[in-house]
Amino acid sequence: MTWEKLLPLLWNSTVETLYMTFWSSLIAYAVGLPLGVLLVITRKDGIMPAPTFNTVLGVVINFLRSIPFIIMLAVLFPVTRAVIGTAIGTKSIVFPLIISAFPYIARMVESSLEEVDHGIIEAAQSMGSTNWQIIYKVLLPEAVPSLVNGAAISITTILGYTAMASAAGGGGLGSLAIVKGLNVRKFDVMYSASLLLVALVQIITVFGTRITRRLDHKRR
Amino acid sequence: MSEALTPQIEIRGLSKVYPIPGGEVHALTNINLTIEKGDIYGIIGMSGAGKSTLIRCLNRLDTPTDGQILIDGENILAMDKKQLRQTRRRMAMIFQQFNLLMQKSVARNVRYPLEIAGVPKKQANERVMELLRIVGLEDKANAFPAQLSGGQKQRVAIARALASDPEMLLCDEATSALDPMTTQSILALLQKINSELGITVVLITHEMAVIRQICNKVAILDGGLLVEQGTVDDVFMHTKSAAGRRLFGILPEQQEQLPPQPAIRIVFDGEAAEQPIISKLVKEIGLDVNILSADIRQLNQKAYGQMLIARPDDPFDVQQVMEYLRGLGMTVEEVNMP
Repeated sequence: MTWEKLLPLLWNSTVETLYMTFWSSLIAYAVGLPLGVLLVITRKDGIMPAPTFNTVLGVVINFLRSIPFIIMLAVLFPVTRAVIGTAIGTKSIVFPLIISAFPYIARMVESSLEEVDHGIIEAAQSMGSTNWQIIYKVLLPEAVPSLVNGAAISITTILGYTAMASAAGGGGLGSLAIVKGLNVRKFDVMYSASLLLVALVQIITVFGTRITRRLDHKRR
Repeated sequence: MSEALTPQIEIRGLSKVYPIPGGEVHALTNINLTIEKGDIYGIIGMSGAGKSTLIRCLNRLDTPTDGQILIDGENILAMDKKQLRQTRRRMAMIFQQFNLLMQKSVARNVRYPLEIAGVPKKQANERVMELLRIVGLEDKANAFPAQLSGGQKQRVAIARALASDPEMLLCDEATSALDPMTTQSILALLQKINSELGITVVLITHEMAVIRQICNKVAILDGGLLVEQGTVDDVFMHTKSAAGRRLFGILPEQQEQLPPQPAIRIVFDGEAAEQPIISKLVKEIGLDVNILSADIRQLNQKAYGQMLIARPDDPFDVQQVMEYLRGLGMTVEEVNMP
């Protein structure tokens, strides 16, 4: 394939990949971040202990997390159709992506928040903070570098999931490599699309690490 | 000086029991303690004595199993969440590990209590600079805690504690992570805060030197029991409990199985220490004196201390030495030293 033909293909697929990754990451974070906070604060030694709730939430999240994305995509077919209007195409992939990613993100957020020293939380309590103030003025800000690092990892994971979009007629670089590359034996398409995917993951990882380091005032 | 009718902090029948697998631990048993406004009250004990649990119960970071804690007459254990928050703002706390917000600048740390109390930003920033001046860190406003030394971190923690204009300051082993020089400067700062701002200080420590340097009252905890309490002068001059004796260095920290050596403990008060007592004793009684240990220092602007001398073998000599020293106005007692 000539570069004139290949470049627009690669460009369109990159945009599609970024579209799927961006929207599913954003919405999955909107769901996963509060759940991660809940997982931490409702523990027995948390600021709002609710052990039964914590256990139930943990079980549900573990259950959703253990379903592989490709299975989730198939299982959610009817639900996706009901929610998005169609179960086929790039846009419709975003829904199963969110369902697969938010439990993962909740656990990532949980582990970032766990790193915050319990003594700092106690100090905030001793100063007369409300639980809400502890969450948005202490817990989350103290965990920011770790949360950003976790976000970079989560986003690259979601980016990896988007490569399976072709299974539901979605686009993106993964689809390009498989449908217009491998399946029709156009290996130049397959390799260039794959390389672009790798490059995207690298860029996100490098930036994630760099931003994390810049934000972290603890190690200086 | 006029005494307030209600004590600032009154602890009544306080107990704390922790469940552990296969039983329970009695961390505190029936503690009764009264802390008056303006006190620097030291609570001392070996590790595991329950002192940390006790101070954490005062602002309900730990919940006692039984008893009452009255803050200006109000039981903190009966308060709802809102009252508790209001009360906590009046009783600030500092910690052994400082517990600063690591991702926020020094100024933001000190501003935190003002932010959560809804103080307008401009007013809060002015107050922050004033507080940093009090603790001598105005040039570190934009630094981050990780860039500071231990002593500087504790100063930030103190500035932060003072931000809410508290009436009480609880210090949980506040100097235990600091070197001796830094400990001195932090203790001096606590004393200044007490005398200049009139803040009641409650501190827990395992070091008697801390108590002797700045406290006016002391309570000794041993195995969850309050074994001795009173003014520092009193407790030091007439130490009754074994834990107290260990902490004052009359008994070793760990009782070893060596045959004890009989000794005479001489307690010096401010005036008598200026006389050449031992030299007089030797000259006038004509006995050789073997000094086993001596520890005399400044306490509340007076010289206090103790000396242990070997007890003479002859009971008559012992009698003579004791009477002679008592005649000079000293507190003397026979003790056993290993």
